[in-house]
Amino acid sequence: MQAKVTITVNGNVYERTVEPRTLLVYFLREELGLTGTHIGCDTSSCGTCTVHLDGKALKSCTMLAVQADGCQLTTIEGMASNGELHPLQAGFHEEHGLQCGFCTPGMIMVAADLLSHNPTPTEHEIREALEGNYCRCTGYHNIVRSIQNAAQRMQEAVSA
Amino acid sequence: MIPPQVAYRKPNNINEVLSLLHDLGDDCKIIAGGHSLIPVMKLRLNDPENLIDITGIPELKEIRDNEKSITIGACATHAEIARNEVLRQHAPMITTAASMIGDIAVRNFGTIGGSIAHADPAADWPAVLLAANASIVIKSTDGQREVDIDQFFQGMFTTAVQESELITAIRIPKTAFNANSTYVKFSQPASRFAIVGCAAAVEKGGEARVAFNGVSATPFRDTAIEKAIMAGADIETATANTADAVSVMSDHFAQSAYRKHLAAVYARKALSAVL
Ligand SMILES: Cc1cc2nc3c(=O)[nH]c(=O)nc-3n(C[C@H](O)[C@H](O)[C@H](O)COP(=O)(O)OP(=O)(O)OC[C@H]3O[C@@H](n4cnc5c(N)ncnc54)[C@H](O)[C@@H]3O)c2cc1C
Ligand code: FES
Ligand code: FES
Repeated sequence: MQAKVTITVNGNVYERTVEPRTLLVYFLREELGLTGTHIGCDTSSCGTCTVHLDGKALKSCTMLAVQADGCQLTTIEGMASNGELHPLQAGFHEEHGLQCGFCTPGMIMVAADLLSHNPTPTEHEIREALEGNYCRCTGYHNIVRSIQNAAQRMQEAVSA
Repeated sequence: MIPPQVAYRKPNNINEVLSLLHDLGDDCKIIAGGHSLIPVMKLRLNDPENLIDITGIPELKEIRDNEKSITIGACATHAEIARNEVLRQHAPMITTAASMIGDIAVRNFGTIGGSIAHADPAADWPAVLLAANASIVIKSTDGQREVDIDQFFQGMFTTAVQESELITAIRIPKTAFNANSTYVKFSQPASRFAIVGCAAAVEKGGEARVAFNGVSATPFRDTAIEKAIMAGADIETATANTADAVSVMSDHFAQSAYRKHLAAVYARKALSAVL
């Protein structure tokens, strides 16, 4: 069984033929070579596979590539633009928001969803937003600080 | 974990879905958000030959404000419901519950129709919809029927929906009890599913509806609590025999005595917020 899909990822249009059972995360990693999106649990729990589908955070191990046909995806590779880090990437860099870095793509993508609805989240709101994303290294404190740092950068960019 | 082989289609209107359901029978499965179905397919607990994606049908996503009720399209996501102001005003327990489901990503794609069709005993919607006196709009090639929520949930993963049927909407009546309602839950710390969830909707001096999920295999209304509250009992007395009428589940998260205790604690929490 095969199906044709047209999926835009980070602004590039990809037409591919896939088995309908192909999970979106495998499509990104194995078909498109975009390995910035990680696979941690494969069971919708850890969040490291988080990408944006039409602007909304999605655990890409919990969707078939065929369901994303015709959609716009953003992965961690699409966050920096013109060689400039995204404010969230800059925030994680500045505040040491990672140790091994395995959870980081998912953390950044879910934080981007949070900040798109709530540009000035409280610490509690940030912690709640990370409910579906596990980090086995940092203990989360620096991740929270990194997101606060990014929120501030984005606010400054808006008011500048 | 890779799901089993399956064929996939995405119709753009309800009639096409209904004829596919009719023609393919138990060889097919509806897929909405996929956030329950894909995990069970990965585990080979479900192995359909065909998937029919219903998320390409705009009318199934609508949340409509009618004169006496609000209809929530089956494919409205938990996130869309959580942000809906009309629902917040007329039935705050609905938006509260929606915002407590899973995490951001789960709420972005999981749908209310998918949740109630799946009927996980630990899901959040069942108690809320029981307390709301909701009704479920169901279609098939034979026409449309509307099932009272009290008849909808029939057991663990079992509902009144037949294989050839599609849930199209959930109707929430605009009532005084829904306007004064809340939902509270004790979550499993990793998945956020409810170990105990309690929804309470109370019109002061009028009707009271109190329902639970997570507690027994089938979500239920605790009519003893409801009657006591309507008769003017205080919260402590009304909840003294919480969940006595049902068989309380026991698992590695919570044994039945503890779960029963939690049910009473959460009933008190919910009732003190609305009384
Ligand atoms: C990590 C994680 C955490 C979660 N936490 C919670 C939680 O805290 N609380 C909670 O309540 N839920 C939770 N869920 C479940 C989530 O809410 C699901 O999205 C929901 O249960 C199913 O909705 P869906 O749209 O994804 O349905 P799908 O997975 O697409 O479908 C589920 C079932 O319903 C059937 N179906 C779907 N739509 C219809 C319809 N319109 N008519 C008839 N049949 C239909 C399908 O055939 C399938 O059998 C969690 C899920 C995950 C992955
Ligand atoms: S790999 Fe998708 S949530 Fe863990
Ligand atoms: S930095 Fe290692 S898992 Fe988060």
